[in-house]
Amino acid sequence: MAEFNQNHFALFGLPEQFALDSTSLDQNYRRLQSEVHPDRFASASPHERLHSLQIATQVNDAYATLKNPTARARYLLQLQGVDTQEESNTAMPADFLMLQMEWREAIAEASEAEDIPALEHLLKTIRLEAKVLQEQLHIALDENKALHEASAAVRKLAFIDKVRADIEQAIIKLED
Amino acid sequence: MALLQIAEPGMSAAPHQHKLAVGIDLGTTNSLVATVRSGMSNVLLDEYGHALLPSVVRYLPDGKVEVGHKAQAQQSLDPQNTIVSAKRLMGRGISDIMDIAHLPYRFVDAPGMAQITTRAGVKSPVEISAEILKVLKIRAERALGGELTGAVITVPAYFDDAQRQATKDAARLAGLTVLRLLNEPTAAAVAYGLDNAAEGVYVIYDLGGGTFDVSILRLSKGVFEVLATNGDSALGGDDFDRRIFCWVLEQAKAPPLNAEDTRFLLTRAREAKEWLTDHMEAQITYVLTSDEARGEVINLTLSSGQFNALTQPLVSKTLSAVRRALRDANLTVEEIKGVVMVGGATRMPHVHLAVAEFFGQDPLTNLDPDKVVALGAAIQANILAGNRGQDDLLLLDVIPLSLGLETMGGLVEKIIPRNSTLPVARAQDFTTFKDGQTAMSIHVLQGERDLVSACRSLARFELRGIPPMAAGAARIRVTFQIDADGLLSVSAREQASGVESHIVVKPSYGLSEDAIINMLQTSYASAEEDKKARMLREAAVDAERLIEAIANALSKDGETLLDVQERLAIEQEMKQLKTTIQGNDARAIQTATEALNKATEAFAARRMDVTIHQALTGKNLKTLEI
Ligand SMILES: Nc1ncnc2c1ncn2[C@@H]1O[C@H](COP(=O)(O)OP(=O)(O)OP(=O)(O)O)[C@@H](O)[C@H]1O
Ligand SMILES: [Mg+2]
Repeated sequence: MAEFNQNHFALFGLPEQFALDSTSLDQNYRRLQSEVHPDRFASASPHERLHSLQIATQVNDAYATLKNPTARARYLLQLQGVDTQEESNTAMPADFLMLQMEWREAIAEASEAEDIPALEHLLKTIRLEAKVLQEQLHIALDENKALHEASAAVRKLAFIDKVRADIEQAIIKLED
Repeated sequence: MALLQIAEPGMSAAPHQHKLAVGIDLGTTNSLVATVRSGMSNVLLDEYGHALLPSVVRYLPDGKVEVGHKAQAQQSLDPQNTIVSAKRLMGRGISDIMDIAHLPYRFVDAPGMAQITTRAGVKSPVEISAEILKVLKIRAERALGGELTGAVITVPAYFDDAQRQATKDAARLAGLTVLRLLNEPTAAAVAYGLDNAAEGVYVIYDLGGGTFDVSILRLSKGVFEVLATNGDSALGGDDFDRRIFCWVLEQAKAPPLNAEDTRFLLTRAREAKEWLTDHMEAQITYVLTSDEARGEVINLTLSSGQFNALTQPLVSKTLSAVRRALRDANLTVEEIKGVVMVGGATRMPHVHLAVAEFFGQDPLTNLDPDKVVALGAAIQANILAGNRGQDDLLLLDVIPLSLGLETMGGLVEKIIPRNSTLPVARAQDFTTFKDGQTAMSIHVLQGERDLVSACRSLARFELRGIPPMAAGAARIRVTFQIDADGLLSVSAREQASGVESHIVVKPSYGLSEDAIINMLQTSYASAEEDKKARMLREAAVDAERLIEAIANALSKDGETLLDVQERLAIEQEMKQLKTTIQGNDARAIQTATEALNKATEAFAARRMDVTIHQALTGKNLKTLEI
């Protein structure tokens, strides 16, 4: 399946860059799934059903990767042969470390006080912080080709994603 | 490759004959069956004109099984042999069932899925549900005048893998071909969306008898894309009944009840709840029959204000789930275009009010909340069976709960996050930690928490046949695939040697293949002949389906994608299979089916390539026609 093994951007007819035309992505995604989704092959032969399952799975994976800014940046870097070293490279600048500490403390405090609105508020703050980093990524990747810098931003974003997940966990625990 | 293909006269497949396909809403309280006729989705009625079949199954002293209204009427007199709300037990162990103390059944104390001792023997919820499905199947076949090609069966969106598998097994026991398991809120969205030509982001709030689901969907030009789903597969109208029941016990200071009184009072509680939907107060009167309390009279008045206060925590619980779904979809209340109410329990005024308040808009109730799920399922069944019609409809659903693996220290590592669009797969590499190790075990769980003990155990997979190597040298890639039904399958391969590992699955709450075959056999135990006839029929149905699929494919792409020899080879196998079907050797039919299937492997791959190419370039036939 030669045509399929192209990169995710080409799959959805999009330029290989961080800035994303999400309307086109959504439209092309839906058009592609309309053709390959297993429901289109309900009465086809077992082989065709298996192919359709595999391809629809890959289309979903590609879509999820491009849709999520952190994953998209990581993927772009990977296409350039850059490993973002999210597991091995845990060195962070001091100011970001400070921010992390503040967030962690805020989560602990709000959880202690069973203050769900405070946690929701924290989520918003962190989302804004992520937006700033995404803007930096756009410049680093699309304009300056500063791959090192981009890599560092991805590591920060991955960290932020983790904090977000932790806050959501804390909220779910309180709501239970 | 030709883009426009015009079939020569006499070359196209036989004109599409209408396939009989139905949608089934297998509900906790009520079940329904619907079908599409002349382009319209309709609920099918029984001979008395009832659309709803109460999901009640009674095992009678004479060995017969009664389902529906008759069984329901007897439930308080024969509570231990009359099973209601079996759906709440599907894919669940007894330790999962919170209100077990209040259920008037004789549960079997054994690991795995809960089972009930009845006068007809030990029954699993799968067998009980199969009885309901059998009745609906017969109803449909009578109404439609023929055998069903297949059915779409709905499940709560928040059902986990074990619950879905149990539903599919029940359908198999009932002799139904499952075209698809469809999430109830998604089915409702289809019925609502098509009926109202809706576009935009909608919320489906589905509070039924036993389960609560909320799904957020984006509707756009016939594509129904689930953005997030949440819920509670053990929260529904039943729980509102139970609150009243407990309140009655408290007020009346009643001694422990016997099974009959429990069932009667639960029914009274349900009547009171439904009465309060249109009235300010409800009277609850009952004379106890147990030895300790014979003749004691319960006579209480419950006001709607009291009822609301009693059940407010349940309503809040649903709204918490709504909040989680919104958060996962990254949406705010203001971005929601409409809220569709589904399920009989949404008739309660305080539920309606709470939802209206939460979203700042009046929820939509213009479709019958009891029927909308079955109607939507029928539409999807019609399409999947291959009948023409709403060709452009596409449903993109999600996995409701994260999938994870057990790691060191009783922790769960998530590998597929909740709300991932289906189908989805993840490959994970494992290695051996001992020299010469040839087997390893993988524990798969579903849930959001970090601890194994707080998630649901789905299955343990035993990988066997790993080639013996030094510790850490083997690299086993295990692929977890979740299909469009939300069901998990696992495959494994040792990377260096390419050896396919053998996988033995031990479902934690499911039925083993052996157990199902056993049930199938006992349900057709009348004679060895029956069993043979059934095997033969199943093989023939499979074979005919394949022949039809291949014939369709050949008439479309045979000319362009195959050379003469390849085509001849396929036609040869097809002929062979057609001849074999005429005989009565099930094994031979299976072998010939497999041979035809194998002969079309390359053809299938090429057809897929063309499909993808067309999708990528956007030059499919449909757009060319315009
Ligand atoms: N008028 C009413 N007022 C209050 N509750 C009602 C009313 N009518 C029906 N119900 C409740 O609705 C519930 C049944 O709803 P429904 O038939 O939608 O459930 P179901 O589809 O069987 O269950 P599920 O979808 O959870 O599997 C019951 O708890 C019933 O008491
Ligand atoms: Mg329902």
